[in-house]
Amino acid sequence: MKSYLKLLQARVKLLLREPLTLFFTIAFPSLLLLLMGSVFGGIGEAMGATNEGFSGAADAADIASQFTYGVDRFVPALMGLLLGTLAVNTIPVSTATNREQGILRRFKATPMPAWRWIAAEISAYFAIGLLSAGVLIAVGAFAFDVKFTGDWSQVCAGFTLSALSFMAFGYLVASLAPTARAAIVAGQLLYMPMIFVSGATMPLSIMPDGLQAVSQWLPMTHIVILMHDVWFGRGLPVLSVWVLVGILVVGGALSARLFRWE
Amino acid sequence: MTQSPVVTVRHLTKRYGDAVAVNDISFEVLKGEIFGIVGPNGAGKTSALESIMGLRVPFEGEVRVLGMDPQRQRTQVAERIGIQLQEAQLPFRLKVWEILDLFSSFFQKTVPYEPLLKTWGIWDKRDDPFVVLSGGQKQRVFIALALLNDPEAVFLDELTTGLDPQARRQTWELVQQIREQGKTVVLVTHFMEEAQTLCDRVAIIDDGRIVALDTPNKLLTQVDGQNGVLFDDQPQLDVAQLRALPTVDRVEQANGVVQAFGSADNLVSSVVIALEQQQIPIRNLRTVQPTLDDVFIALTGKELRE
Repeated sequence: MKSYLKLLQARVKLLLREPLTLFFTIAFPSLLLLLMGSVFGGIGEAMGATNEGFSGAADAADIASQFTYGVDRFVPALMGLLLGTLAVNTIPVSTATNREQGILRRFKATPMPAWRWIAAEISAYFAIGLLSAGVLIAVGAFAFDVKFTGDWSQVCAGFTLSALSFMAFGYLVASLAPTARAAIVAGQLLYMPMIFVSGATMPLSIMPDGLQAVSQWLPMTHIVILMHDVWFGRGLPVLSVWVLVGILVVGGALSARLFRWE
Repeated sequence: MTQSPVVTVRHLTKRYGDAVAVNDISFEVLKGEIFGIVGPNGAGKTSALESIMGLRVPFEGEVRVLGMDPQRQRTQVAERIGIQLQEAQLPFRLKVWEILDLFSSFFQKTVPYEPLLKTWGIWDKRDDPFVVLSGGQKQRVFIALALLNDPEAVFLDELTTGLDPQARRQTWELVQQIREQGKTVVLVTHFMEEAQTLCDRVAIIDDGRIVALDTPNKLLTQVDGQNGVLFDDQPQLDVAQLRALPTVDRVEQANGVVQAFGSADNLVSSVVIALEQQQIPIRNLRTVQPTLDDVFIALTGKELRE
């Protein structure tokens, strides 16, 4: 327990010593919200039922209420984006770089088990994720007066599941990437399509059917769906929850097995 | 000195796929000794050492470190040995004291890091981030980390690589201090001079095999005729007379320097007497002894430094 806390403390110190990176990681989703809000906010009504086709279970009243979701939908959707940034960019790149530089080698040569290192990292990144989500909600509330019709405990549970699941996926990418350069490339290859084809930024409903079908295979899509549904109190989207639980279990087991110190 | 083995290695073989890095090596390291594993780069020294420490598993053969099996008890072994790895790094922006503080939490038993940093001359660097330290200072941090858990045996891999000659000699003194604290030291190096200076016994490794294992002095007696007398060449020197001396095996003349080689104890005096008889002025007289480099060349027929 002591070494977990010391590792967490060290990780937090290291993050605070890269203030620009930290600021960008935390503020990026909020900046995107401001951008998307100014683009889509005004045309929300013209776009119509932007959330149609997400969870499917919309009744007439829902569809009516969706006309005002133009900006609102971006707050939960961008939570998918912020977790994606941490999980498929920060974690693989940082892990592979630490490995390539020989930093992980030195930690391997101690009695400290790998899971404790990972647990400390996940905790630190989760804290950053929470902070980033908090800023996002605050910006949404003050700048756009976004609607919230869900249940906070469900939002917290959904966010936690999404974060753990995506981070397990991130460590899997980190373990599979042979070099730091490969981790950066893999991160970008996964991240870029997910930003645009998951509904995290562009609403899925404005995309052609082909892309919508592709989006179902991207983990970030299911985070966006889950966060969207809990945010607007639509209940838990069963398929997406199972997909995320599956990624968590399989990704977690595989990355625990495949994690490489060097 | 209690003569109980701290490390026992029997028929250790380490393969990477089809490549055999370590090929059936066996040796024992006794309590309180400085044991050297030397050989050229790529000979399998690091593979052997890291297998013994439990960092490269699985391997074939039987290894015991402080009575424990590093393949099955890696964590317990890591609790009780000190490790300095070749080409490791630490988080760049962590300060020296933060690194020591962090690593202290990994072990059940540790010594305070303040006296360690003072002994190793980096206490005044404690608030510096690791990344700004010089090569020698970084190496001292790694040594401090290796001693943090008050280990019974310390494993040092290429400790002085990248250090300037002065820092290297200082480090040698510090390694001797580690032994004076009653700790056993296993040292991997490709500097034969380092092994010759520091080690009680040396295993010379080439192509994954031990080609010789003995005290440096005994190894040196294996190369005969390598003692040399050097002096400045003079035009009136009669080289034939030197060659005729019973103590001299061969004479080389190059770049204004004459070198007379032989293995007899009175090589130096006989050469000096011969020069006196020829009334040759003796300038820059010096002697050379065989080194472990010569032993390695004699044993393998290879040049050590590529």
